[in-house]
Amino acid sequence: MKDALGRVDSVVLLGGRSDIGLAVVTKLVAAGARRVVLAARGPADDAVAALLAAGATSVDTVEFDALAVSSHAGVVDSIFDKLGDVDVVVSAFAVQSAQEVYDASPTAAADAVTVNLSAQISTGLAVATRLRAQGHGTLVLLSSIAGVRVRPANLVYGATKAGLDAFGVTLHDMLAGSGAGVLVVRPGFVSTKLTEGLPTAPFATTPEAVADAVVGALAAGKRVVWVPRVVGVVAAVFRVLPRPVWRKISA
Amino acid sequence: MPIDDIGRPASLHGWGRTAATTATVMSPRSVAEISSAITRAGSRGVIARGLGRSYGDAAQNSGGLVVDTTRLDRISLDPVTGLVTAEAGASLDAIMRVLLPQGWFVPVTPGTRSVTVGGAVGADIHGKNHHVDGSFGTWVRSLLLVGADGTVREVAGDFGNPLFAATIGGMGLTGVVAEVTFQAIRSETAYVSVLTRRAANLAEALELMRDDNDYRYTVAWIDLLARGETMGRSVLTLGNHLTRAELPASKQARASAFAPATRLSAPPMPSGLLNPLSVRAFNELWYRKAPRVPATTIESIGHFFHPLDGVADWNRLYGRAGLMQYQFVVPLEATAVLRGLVERLNEHQLASFLAVLKRFGPGSGGYLSFPTGGWTLAVDLPVRPGRMAGVFDEMDREVAAAGGRIYLAKDAVMRRGMAEQMYPDLEKFRAVRADIDPSGVFVSDQSRRLGL
Ligand SMILES: Cc1cc2nc3c(=O)[nH]c(=O)nc-3n(C[C@H](O)[C@H](O)[C@H](O)COP(=O)(O)OP(=O)(O)OC[C@H]3O[C@@H](n4cnc5c(N)ncnc54)[C@H](O)[C@@H]3O)c2cc1C
Ligand SMILES: NC(=O)c1ccc[n+]([C@@H]2O[C@H](COP(=O)([O-])OP(=O)(O)OC[C@H]3O[C@@H](n4cnc5c(N)ncnc54)[C@H](OP(=O)(O)O)[C@@H]3O)[C@@H](O)[C@H]2O)c1
Repeated sequence: MKDALGRVDSVVLLGGRSDIGLAVVTKLVAAGARRVVLAARGPADDAVAALLAAGATSVDTVEFDALAVSSHAGVVDSIFDKLGDVDVVVSAFAVQSAQEVYDASPTAAADAVTVNLSAQISTGLAVATRLRAQGHGTLVLLSSIAGVRVRPANLVYGATKAGLDAFGVTLHDMLAGSGAGVLVVRPGFVSTKLTEGLPTAPFATTPEAVADAVVGALAAGKRVVWVPRVVGVVAAVFRVLPRPVWRKISA
Repeated sequence: MPIDDIGRPASLHGWGRTAATTATVMSPRSVAEISSAITRAGSRGVIARGLGRSYGDAAQNSGGLVVDTTRLDRISLDPVTGLVTAEAGASLDAIMRVLLPQGWFVPVTPGTRSVTVGGAVGADIHGKNHHVDGSFGTWVRSLLLVGADGTVREVAGDFGNPLFAATIGGMGLTGVVAEVTFQAIRSETAYVSVLTRRAANLAEALELMRDDNDYRYTVAWIDLLARGETMGRSVLTLGNHLTRAELPASKQARASAFAPATRLSAPPMPSGLLNPLSVRAFNELWYRKAPRVPATTIESIGHFFHPLDGVADWNRLYGRAGLMQYQFVVPLEATAVLRGLVERLNEHQLASFLAVLKRFGPGSGGYLSFPTGGWTLAVDLPVRPGRMAGVFDEMDREVAAAGGRIYLAKDAVMRRGMAEQMYPDLEKFRAVRADIDPSGVFVSDQSRRLGL
């Protein structure tokens, strides 16, 4: 249960090896979270050891493949059954390739959509059902500035993030009155293994900065958080740019 | 089975207005309705709720059922023996209005009259008279308890009986108390004679309270922002009920009248207004207002016991983030620990209006009952989300190490694992629950948070 200071006890990370996801969970543990489940498509021994060292009393890992959509409800239920109440679920799995890769392989594009959007929705709905039943808890979704106005150079990834963002914002509304909620996180460029090799964008930030923003937003009960905050302003400008201008600067 | 048809969904929080969660709330009009609701509750269980004056999350049950008792409010008094039988949702305010005109008073009253008899049992509440009269539970002669299977048991007021000892102070976790019979105390009038005196610092305040048993009601209001020489400076108020003969002629006509009014609500305020500067100014004024030489006055019961009840919803003064109260007790001999904790609160300049310091007499025997012999300090604090957590954790550990404990009715931030260190009878409490409620029907946000 969340306490009066906004400290939580139990946290689940879907995409249990995500740089941003682990940074968020690490900060939550530093702030007082004690029980953690990492759902990943392989072992996460280093992360487990680090979280235990940071003060978690239990860190379990669960096998999770975002592409195996039909398994998701079962995976989510088994995690909740094991932990009891879950205070925060961070959903941080995603893939991102250069648009040329998707141009060359529509199948790869479809898989990206499965991971970044379908699987976010299949797990998100299962999580929402459990949060609604327990009457509290927050689902944290990692959207992106890439989904605010999709750039041709980032077409597939941006489209999945646009879909995820719409899903998250509206899922929060759907949960209104249930005690549960969704926090939609919209980072700019974050240096992680997802963006390795990509050219750094302006206002680039770190997983730790994203984590600080998420922990603050959770304690304050926010619905949306931009990281860094300035990308919210940038996004507002992006949204209203006339199409010809947008095409030119986003190419 | 769905519980939506038993009650209505509502977001609930305690007096501190923190950590709200959503539950299905039903307001039974009969004991039978409590029973049937309990047997139909789903997997998220049930907890009783009175007037929600506990500060934290004790009277809420996220995703489950909450039994709001406030419609069960019948009160009867035997004017000869002073035995009161009240339904669980009857408030102490309503009970006082029945008792005082007939020369009786509740044996224990907290700092607000807006608590139910059920809440008085659930938290085994204490008053300014704890050092002579003990806690509420010691005055209970019997109670009706609706258990996990929906059956109604009469439980005699005997701390040798594990079910009674678990229920007094048991924070609603043994079942829903439907009715309580307790012994009232005599009070010929609705007035108290009050001696007010200053104590220049903590040592003097403790000295004045350590051995005093001449006054039934004693409490020290302590200024936690005062530093150095004056650290712990206090204003002590010591009171006794007044007999009719002792009352001045001007008050004779309405000697037993008790009809306090509640004034306007406090407006919600940005919490920044409560800062060390504004609070320091307030505390200074208040200390100066107390007489330099001890002086005796006559005060109404409402004025003496429940000064804050005059302003409705004063908890809104703390703004959106809400407030919390930190209340602990440490053994009498642990004055060094007490001093250290006062210094700690002082050093962090936690903006707080007056804190309350008091000496407790021996405990009641309730397994999770808070009062035990020693010094108790209660301080209201504005909540700053994400901050201060480490300070509370450390203070909790110091309190536990000194053989003390935190009051569960005030707790909103304690960590799992601490209750075990503070409440030596927790295992007995768990054994009773395992016996009468093996599937864990009774559960609250607090019991989930602390793993009670
Ligand atoms: C301004 C203020 C001053 C206070 N001063 C004092 C003080 O001086 N001394 C003191 O001891 N306390 C004090 N308190 C705390 C208060 O007395 C207790 O929290 C009390 O339990 C509140 O009663 P309630 O009816 O509001 O109960 P709630 O807050 O609704 O419930 C409190 C607990 O009792 C349980 N409970 C309630 N009804 C029942 C029932 N029918 N059957 C079983 N369990 C039940 C609940 O499950 C919960 O665990 C103060 C609170 C405030 C706001
Ligand atoms: N980095 C940025 O600039 C940026 C900006 C905005 C938003 N985001 C979003 O933030 C989130 C976290 O990204 P990150 O930067 O932390 O990248 P990351 O470290 O690469 O994390 C993404 C995780 O997704 C997991 N994953 C991918 N496919 C999976 C599958 N089929 N099954 C299970 N897990 C799968 C990966 O698992 P493996 O470790 O096993 O490969 C990886 O741990 C993502 O949603 C991302 O879109 C990132």
